[in-house]
Amino acid sequence: MMNPLDVLAEVFVRNGLVTAFAFVGLTVWISYLISGKITRGRIHGSAIAILLGLVLAYLGGLATGGSQGLADIPILAGVGIMGGAMIRDLAIIATAFGVSIDEIKRAGIGAAVSLLAGVLGSFVVGASVALAFGYSDPVSMTTIGAGAATYIVGPVTGTAIGATSDVIALSIAAGLVKSMLVMTATPFVAPFIGLDNPRSALVYGGLMGTTSGVAGGLAATDPKLVPYGAMTATFYTGLGCLLGPSVFFVAIRGMFG
Amino acid sequence: MVIYGVALLAGCMLGGLFLGDLLGVFIGVEANVGGVGLGMILLILLSDRLRKGGRLTPLTEQGVLFWSAIYIPVVVAMAAKQNVLAAVEGGPVAILSGVGAVFLSFLLVPVLTRIAKGPDEGGGP
Repeated sequence: MMNPLDVLAEVFVRNGLVTAFAFVGLTVWISYLISGKITRGRIHGSAIAILLGLVLAYLGGLATGGSQGLADIPILAGVGIMGGAMIRDLAIIATAFGVSIDEIKRAGIGAAVSLLAGVLGSFVVGASVALAFGYSDPVSMTTIGAGAATYIVGPVTGTAIGATSDVIALSIAAGLVKSMLVMTATPFVAPFIGLDNPRSALVYGGLMGTTSGVAGGLAATDPKLVPYGAMTATFYTGLGCLLGPSVFFVAIRGMFG
Repeated sequence: MVIYGVALLAGCMLGGLFLGDLLGVFIGVEANVGGVGLGMILLILLSDRLRKGGRLTPLTEQGVLFWSAIYIPVVVAMAAKQNVLAAVEGGPVAILSGVGAVFLSFLLVPVLTRIAKGPDEGGGP
């Protein structure tokens, strides 16, 4: 007679993508539980979920010796499809849907300048750190620099220019560190940088760009400022995905290629 | 219908990636140059037009909104399939670039807020 667990495993393997939906749903649920109970909402559930994803990928690598994290475990192979470039790009592009052109015009020149300064500044910092630590090829420098923008810009850029998975993992981690730091440090830093009015919140959102970090950080500072910061931050990832694999990559390749 | 929204989104993605590949060939890099960003721009432009023309029904919107809402879980799955084992030795790179980027951005907030004041000063709550 066959072991029921083997039968279950077989069902999981045969329905990989659906298994991934269930598994990731469970992961996200646990993360929001941790966020609420242990960090009292200070660190947003989404950041904990991504951190948990990286930890699981590490454990998957340890268990299988493979290079695809959790996706190398046969019953979780569907995670590789769900987190692959095709589904990922579809979901990321969908986030641009709420944006209205009138809102872009209303945000004005200050928002545009802060967005450009934010993306460029983070990118330069990330690429410099990468270079200092020996990640000196243009593809890795660009990918890690893009990761310092957000944990989306990094992997989107990395995939577009052909970075290796470990470098992409680093770019996600860099963006995650940024997001979590923005969430937690903003209320303490706010008095020193004049973050107490809509205009500075608009600039702050454009400079930081991590939407979860900005929303969390401003909510802890002054909830009335959240919509202003979120308005500019919405454009950040899109701008980063546009500039990362184009202007930035070409510039880095010109200088270090 | 919901599928109209999904199809709109899919069309924007394919169009953006197509433009990105073309751009890559054009400037001579083997990369998809900004395809995802271009896809986002396409979606913003098209949905704005459709919305103003009253052709974006709530059902159509749902087809896009589902994917927008599933974005964090997809990112979690993306994180879970990376070669983190090989990346761990580079850990300090991730931490330093993240912290450095935040530090610089905090410093720039007061500077750019002053610039942002500009000519339309006077309004606002």
